[in-house]
This record gives sequence, C-alpha cells and structure tokens, in this order.
Amino acid sequence: MPTMRTARRVVIKVVTAIAVLIAAASVTFFAQLLVPGDRATAILNQQNGRAQQWTPAQLAPVDHKFGFDRPLIVQYLDYVGGLFRGNLGTSYTQYKPVTQVIGAELAPSLILTVVALIAAWVLALAVTLLTARRGRFLAALGSTWEALTASLPAYWVGVVLLVVFAVELRIFPVIGGTSPMGTVLPVLTLAIPLAGFLGQVTRDEFGKVLDQPFITTARTRGMRETAVRLKHALRHSVVPAITLSGWALGALVSGAVITENVFGRPGIGQVLVTAVNTRDVPTVSGIVLVVAAVYVAANLLVDVAYGLVDPRLRTA
Amino acid sequence: MSALAIPRGHVRGIRIPVRIGTAVPLLFVLLVAVAAVAPGLLTDHSPTAIDIQHTLLPPSLSHLFGTDDAGRDQFTRVVYGARESLGIGLGATGLAMSIAIALGFAAGLAGGLVDTAIGRILEVAFAFPVLLLALLLIAIRGPSVTTEIVAVGIGSAPGYARMVRGQVLQVRQAGYIEAAGALGHSRWAVVRRHLFPNAMRPLVAMITLGIGQSIVWASGLAFLGLGVAPPSPEWGALLDSGRLYITTSWWLEIMPGLVIVGVALSVTSLGRTLQHELEGAAR
Amino acid sequence: MTEVAAAEQAEAGAAADAPLLAVENLRVSFGSTEVVKGISFTTRSGRCLGIVGESGSGKSVTARSLVGLAGAGATIQAGQMDLAGVDLTRQSQRSWRAIRGRQIGFILQDAMVSLDQLRRVGDEVAEPLKIHGWGTKAARARKAIDLLASVGVPEPEMRARQRPYELSGGLRQRALIASAIALDPKLLVADEPTTALDVTIQAQVLDLLAESKDRGTSIILISHDLSVVARLADDVLVMRDGEVVEYGQAHQVLHQPRHEYTQALLDAIPSEHTRGTQLVRPAAASGETVAHRARAPIDYSRPVLEARQITKVFRGPDKVDRTVVHDVSFELLAGETLGIVGESGSGKTTSARIALALLPPTCGEVLLDGLPWSTLPPAQRRPLRKRIGVIYQDPLSSFDPRWSTGRIITDALRTGPRPPSSKTEALARAVRLLEQVGLTERHLPAAPLRLSGGQRQRVAIARALAPEPEMIVCDEPVSALDVSIQAQVLDLLTDLQDELGVSYLFISHDLGVIHHMSDRILVMKDGRVVESGTADEVFEHPRNPYTQRLLTALPRLAQA
Repeated sequence: MPTMRTARRVVIKVVTAIAVLIAAASVTFFAQLLVPGDRATAILNQQNGRAQQWTPAQLAPVDHKFGFDRPLIVQYLDYVGGLFRGNLGTSYTQYKPVTQVIGAELAPSLILTVVALIAAWVLALAVTLLTARRGRFLAALGSTWEALTASLPAYWVGVVLLVVFAVELRIFPVIGGTSPMGTVLPVLTLAIPLAGFLGQVTRDEFGKVLDQPFITTARTRGMRETAVRLKHALRHSVVPAITLSGWALGALVSGAVITENVFGRPGIGQVLVTAVNTRDVPTVSGIVLVVAAVYVAANLLVDVAYGLVDPRLRTA
Repeated sequence: MSALAIPRGHVRGIRIPVRIGTAVPLLFVLLVAVAAVAPGLLTDHSPTAIDIQHTLLPPSLSHLFGTDDAGRDQFTRVVYGARESLGIGLGATGLAMSIAIALGFAAGLAGGLVDTAIGRILEVAFAFPVLLLALLLIAIRGPSVTTEIVAVGIGSAPGYARMVRGQVLQVRQAGYIEAAGALGHSRWAVVRRHLFPNAMRPLVAMITLGIGQSIVWASGLAFLGLGVAPPSPEWGALLDSGRLYITTSWWLEIMPGLVIVGVALSVTSLGRTLQHELEGAAR
Repeated sequence: MTEVAAAEQAEAGAAADAPLLAVENLRVSFGSTEVVKGISFTTRSGRCLGIVGESGSGKSVTARSLVGLAGAGATIQAGQMDLAGVDLTRQSQRSWRAIRGRQIGFILQDAMVSLDQLRRVGDEVAEPLKIHGWGTKAARARKAIDLLASVGVPEPEMRARQRPYELSGGLRQRALIASAIALDPKLLVADEPTTALDVTIQAQVLDLLAESKDRGTSIILISHDLSVVARLADDVLVMRDGEVVEYGQAHQVLHQPRHEYTQALLDAIPSEHTRGTQLVRPAAASGETVAHRARAPIDYSRPVLEARQITKVFRGPDKVDRTVVHDVSFELLAGETLGIVGESGSGKTTSARIALALLPPTCGEVLLDGLPWSTLPPAQRRPLRKRIGVIYQDPLSSFDPRWSTGRIITDALRTGPRPPSSKTEALARAVRLLEQVGLTERHLPAAPLRLSGGQRQRVAIARALAPEPEMIVCDEPVSALDVSIQAQVLDLLTDLQDELGVSYLFISHDLGVIHHMSDRILVMKDGRVVESGTADEVFEHPRNPYTQRLLTALPRLAQA
C-alpha cells in the first residue's frame, strides 16, 4: 500500500536524521579534545588573561565543574544524552549553560535566515523567468548578473549596501536592530549572492527544459509563451535549486553571522564571535550543533518538497 | 601534414577564445600572481612604512587606494597581502581537492558498502557549514594560518567530494567504458586510461571555483577579526581594520574588498570559460 | 434527387476537390542558410500527404513552418500558404495561437518526451480546450475522458488521472494523438509519429490516424520510413536537401518512381526481397538482374557461440525480481548471421550482453568455441575477448570523447592476437582497416564527433575487426541511420562477412533488416524465445501467434 510505504520511508528518514545529528555531536565532542594542552588550564588561562601553570588544587574545581575528571566514555555519553534533554553543555567563560548564552539570540538569526532564503528564491525565479532565453541581450544580462552576484562574499555586499543605502542615501538606518526597516539590508545582503547561485542552476536547467519536445507540444496547442514557461517549464526546472536549498540554509547561517557583524544586528553572530575570541568551545559547539539541527530539518523538508514537485521522485 | 605522421592521440587541444570576457579576468589573475610572487614590481612603497602626516587620505594618483590610519599606503598593503591570501586560498583548495578526489573516486568506483559509508560521512560533514567549522577549529586551536587552511580545506571538501562522485558515477555508465572492457582491457587499465581523465575533465572549473571561494572564506574569517594577527597585510585583515572607518574613509574597506571580489570573480569566470571549452570539445 | 440535394452534393464534391492547404514556393532559411528551397504541395480533406526524406531534407522544418514554429531565427517566405482561405504567411504570434491546436493539430514523435511528465494525462489532453476557451472545467474534464476513449484507451477515467510515465508506450502515443485532435482540427500534421515505437504499436497508431482521415481530416505525415508512409498516404512528396524530388500519388511514387533518388530510397529498404543482394546499386544497374552475394558456405559443424538456457533475473530497488531473460538457448555457427528480433523489453539486448560476457547470467552458461566462456573468471576471460567483437547502436558514445579515430583503432589492434610491434606498423594496419570499411587515411586524425553517423559506424566496425574476431555482436547497428546510409552499412557488413567469414549475432527490432541480413532468426518476446528457424521459415510460415502478429503489423511496401 502506498501510504504504508510512505510512512516507512518517512520513519527511516527521521531516524537517519537523528543519527546524523548524533554523529555531528560526536564530532564536536571529540573536537573539543583537540584543545592544545589541558582543558582546565586553558580555561583558567583564558579567564585570567595570561598563560601560566596552575596547581592541581586550582585545576581541580574547574575539572570537577566541567566533568573533565570523569572517564572519557562517560563524558561522551553524558554529552550526547544531554543533547536530547536540551542541554548543550556549560560555557567555559560565562559558567552558564550554553542554552542560556545562546537563548534569545537565536530567534533574530533564524528569522533573518529564513526570510533571506525566501527572498533569494523569489529573486532567482524572477530573474530566470524574465531573462532566460528571451533574446541574446536579456539572456546575457541575466546570466552575467547571476555569475557576478553568486561569487560575491556576504561581507562585501553588506558593506556596499550599508555604505550606499544607509550612509550615503540614508534610506535605511545604519544600525537598525531587529526592526523591519533595519532588516531589509541584511536580508538583501544574504539573499543576493544566494539568488545568483540558485538562479544560475535554475537557468541552466530552464534552458535545457525549453528545448524538450513537450514544450513544443504546448506551443503547438496555441499556448502563450509566458504560459508555457510558467505552466510547463518552471516545474521541471526547479529540482536542482530545491536540492541546493537544504545546503543553502546551512550556508545562510554562516552568512548571517557575518552579516550581523556588518550591520551590528543582534543575533548569534555576536555571541559566536565573542565565544571564538575567548575560546569558549562549548558555546561554539552548541551553536554549531543547533545549526546542524536546522540543516538536517531543512533537508527533510527538501525531501518532502521533491515529492510535491516531481512525483516520479517520490519512489526514490 | 601527412596522415601517416604519428596522429595525436588526443583530439585537438581546446582553444580558449581571446575575448574581453576571458582577457580581463586573465589579466587580473596574472596581476595578482605577480603581486604574490614579486610585489616589488608593482609598488615602490613599503607595506609597513608609517607616515603620520598622511593618514586617511582618499585614493589619488600617488596613493591608488588611499592611506590608512597610520599613513600606510593601502595599495602597497594590498599588493603585499596577495601572497598570504593567495597562499591560504591555494593551500586550502589543495587540501580540499585531495580529500574530495580521494573520497569521490572511492565512493564512485567501489560502490556498495564503501559508497554508503562515505555517503554517510559526507552527510554528517555537510551539517557543518564551512565558516562554522572554521570558527570551531579556531576556538579550539587559536587563530593561525595553518588552522585557517585546514579549516577551510576540510570544510569545503564535502561539497567537492559530492561533485566528484557524481562525475565518476556518470562516466562509469558511459558506453566507452563498457566498450573498453569488451575489448579486453583490465579494470584498472580502463580506470586509468578512460575513467579518470574523463571524470576529471569537467572538474577543472570546480578547482578554479574552489580557489576563489577559499580566498573569500579566509578573508571572511579575517573580517570577523579571527584571521591572522595584524599588522599582517593579508586582505581579510585589511577588511577587518577598515571596518572602523566605513562611514568616514570608505576606501579602506571597499578597495581591498574589490580586489578580493575581483579575484574570486576572475577565477570563477575563467573556470567557467574553461569548462565550456572542455565540454564543447568533448561533445 | 431534389434540386437542393443535388446542389449540395455538387458543392460538397467541389469542396472535396478544392485543396484544404495550398503551399506554393515555400522557402525557409536560418540566417544565410536556406533549408527549404521553394517547395509546393496541396492537401485535401480526407486525404493524407506523406512527406518523405532523410535527415537534412527539410521535411520537419516544412511541417513546423505550417504552424509558425520553425524555430528561432527562421525566415519563412512563400508565394502562397493558404489554409481554407486563411493566409498563413500573414500571421502574427497572436493569430498563430488561434490557429494552432484549433485549425491545425500537431503530433510529435515519442509521447514519452512530447507530453509533460509532471502533469496528469487528462490535463494534457484537455489543454488545447482550455487554451481556446472551450467549455467549463468540468466539461473539459469530461471531454478529455471522451477523447481518450475515442482513441482506444481502456479505462479512460483512471488513465486521465495518471501521469504519462505510468502509461505504456502505446497508450501514451494515443493520448498524444487525443490531445492533438481535441478541437477537431481540419489539418493534422504528424512529425514522425511512429518512430521509436514497436511495430505492433506503430500499426495501432497508423490505424488511429486512418480513422481520423476517414472522418474528413486532412493529414500530413512526415516520416523517413517509406513503408509507414505507404500504409497511410494517398499522395507522396519526396524531399532531398530542401527540394522536391518527386511529388504525386502514392501508388505511382512508391511503385513507379520517376526520379532515381526515389528509386534508390526504395531499393535501399531491406526486406525479404533484398536478401542476398546489395542494397546499394549503382544507378546504371537498375533494371538489370542484381548480382547475388558470393559467400563462403556456413560451417554447420562448428558453433562459434552457444547459449545454453540462459536466465537473467534483476532485482529492482523495490526488491521485486524481474526475469528479463528466461531460458534462452541458441547457437551461432561459423560464418552465419543469427538475427534476434523483438520489441522493446523482449530481452534481446540483455541476451546480447550476456553473450558478450559483460553481464553474468543468473542461470545457464555461454560457451565460446565449445569452451566455457561465461563461467570463466574475468582475468582468464580477458585474453579471449579478442575473439568476440561488438558494435553498438550509438557508436559515438562507445568512443572515448578525447580520442581520435587513429587512436581508437590502434588501441584495438593492440588487444588482438598480433599486436603491432611498432608505431609505424600500427598506423599502417589502421589505415588498411579504414580502407576495408570504406574510409581513408584522411580519417585517421579525425575526431569521431566530426564524422557523420555512417562514418562513425564504419569506424566502430573497423575497431571491432581490428583484433581479428570470429564473431561480432551487432546491437541495433543501423537503427539510428538514414535509410540510404543504413543500406551502405548493411552492405559493408555483408561484404565483410563474405570476405572474412566472420559470424554476426545481429540484434534489431526492424523486421526488414533482420530478414535481409539473417540466415537464421530468433524471435523474442518478454524474455523468451517464441520462435526460431531459418529466415524463410520464420517469415513465411510463422508458427507462433506473436510472430504472426508482428508480421501483419509490419507496414510493408507491396512490391509491384
């Protein structure tokens, strides 16, 4: 029965997703062991702003607080187990649970990321539909634009937009916080390069699709060119871009970190940079894992999206 | 040409058309290469020469990119920074490609369990965006050139590994692979003479793209203040220090940024051109 | 008969005589290249015009010009292009859209790619109705089901809800036709509607078109296949290089052609009548008795290849076992051609790959020269591979895209029993091979990409011959070639067999080709051998009902 099979597939995918997260957590756990030297020493050095040798009596409470004095396997199981309870460990510098440190900062970043993804899709589709195979000039314009924007680093786009639209033209606030007006430029900063990337892929596919016989059939029925593109070609062209969207969400988060930095916008970007500067490994790991979870969830959604767009892919 | 002369084993080499579209990026990349190898050829100033009387000057003929807050000539700093930035970019790409080719070919050729295992590893690897992985490594090991190269290299490898694997799988199914087997060539001979060259051919663009991307990633890290320590003229570091003056002396931020973007664009565009030519020659 | 009725009948008679579509001096060019160089023809209601030509003849461009879809950059000029009073040369994009689908219906080749796989069949069939504002949504859905029923699709309600890839090839093609006739257009243009179809489905499609014709539709049928055209056309137009070579009524053009090109095309069709003769005859020789092949006698005592009860089972991703080849046995004797014929899915290609030991059989075994072949470990089998060569349907994909013709052949020479000892020797022998297949040393440095389809196949044959094999597996070697090129390649293969005594395992879906080439024949269906025997036995006295069906479905040119 199709529904039984679908249910089974969904369960398998969810289980796989959880396994991937556990594997990711394991990686971050073992990465923490790569801290040069002894972890307790590193923490104390960081706290006190100087590197020195510490006596065992001074190291012991630190060891105990973070559980370094327990066997490795116990630490590992504790760590992974803690994840399921929503415990991401304790910050080395703030001596608070990581979840508290990240806490409220997560929402603005996620909003920025999701809105940017949607904006990127809209932009990419618009440019492709309007310029793909519509005469040499338009087509060249469209693909050059995409090639340009796809290679632009987020910080550069952000800085340029900031300088041009906020400082010089004063349309948008320089420091906008989380207000809608203040969100526009950060969203564009993230969306434009991604739109270029998605657009390139969609355009290539679109071009190939327009040469297919079933497009000719639609034209022989007397269909308008725009309708042919929208009703027939589009659906066939978006599969590669959907594939990329799962990865894109992860990449957008990276971009968000930088963008928040450029625009002074609240979010995990600030937390992250501070944490890296102060070598607060658990916080950084925590953020990395949260992002991994978002990525895995996004991929599950992508799989569902596949089935909706192209039913032939459902049996995969 | 007598046809009985030794015929070239390979089809006529690809010709890269000399057009604006290829000439400009090529020139730019060459300039950067010269800057990396022999910076003295492009500028007379020293990258560390401080000149308190000429701080924060806008771009002019004597200072093409203006001067920074210590009076150092920005253009010179960019030129001298090329070596380090390019070095990081090439190093990271080299590492990423080595990993990607090894994993991609292993997965594509061996199939079965090996493919599944590598697939799973890649899935987990994908959950770590390049920048975040780099930040994690820097948090653990501290900022340094090696950390940057390793971080960007390992972080970008999974994406390329997937591309390589896809290519290998595609070429594996090609008719000429089976035909070579039907002629009696051994599996290893077929891989060596047909599969590897044909699978790698379209990936040239991937490599050039990788170099551009690696430079961008590395400078992004520096932009966050997590790159190599100042007063290194590495491009990202220039970006980081220039940030303070965005609203007043915008050239300190924009100019190095332009160079980075220029390199990334040129390298990517050259890669695409090369790709088109290779594909055109092959089919 | 009343006066009114008589007048009506006279008027109807006059209308039936008046051409529906009149084209005069049609010229189509792309930039500076002229692809259609001034052709003229007419069609009438209830009659079919067949336009025949090989690739590059301009027939497809002509067809598409009739609906204004010749392609980007096409310039269309005509003295007259008139459809029942509508001047087709003066149409804007907008007015074309009113004509397409409603006045003129268009059927493309291969419904698998000509229908949108992501949309439901019912929507695809009803689309012309929707575009031209016909009825309500519910009415259109009903009409779509009716249309599917009228073209013979069983359970049309269910089929309308499915997507094209869920239908079989025959049903798909019918659905494609249904969408073309949805608005009952006066003129139906069918561009190679039966190519890529199995013979039995081909016949069904042609029947459908004949029904349309009987209802009064005028049909233009484009095809490279003269026998298909013969089945349906009342008038025939033969095109070559954009020009009309011959134009007239079907029975005259096809049986008493005036032009030598038409005659050559007809002669080139392989069938039972051409067995043992050359397909390509020099112009001067037509009318004389044709020379028969001088063959070495077949050695009945020595089977080169023996397949014993081969079975191949594939396990799909859904864990379902599919038996693709079931208990197939055959023998290929030295010097003979064994033809394997079947429709798609019959298992003939899989059997060929098992014979080549490129695929291991699930059960059964293959012997080469009486010794184990399929059961050998690959390392021991490799040195024996020189005895058995292969040529494919698409030679280009079997060549490494980076290699020149010279390298392809010298590489094959090195795998033979007498590898060349020096580069000079290798080249010299490569040139000799090229000459044997009708090419010259000029072709040595050429990239296969730059060669024509026929030339590529010759290179493939040269490569197959290089290791001096005893037999060659020919997997649909001429299916992708034009009729005249096909004839040349088939002649080459028979010449080589006469000269070298090499055996062929010849696989094809084309009954005419099989009949022309084979000494003995195997008919396969659904993985089983349903009939075997000599060529005459199988074709003239088929015992199996499937074979009989195949033969009746085969559109044939009745020889005068």
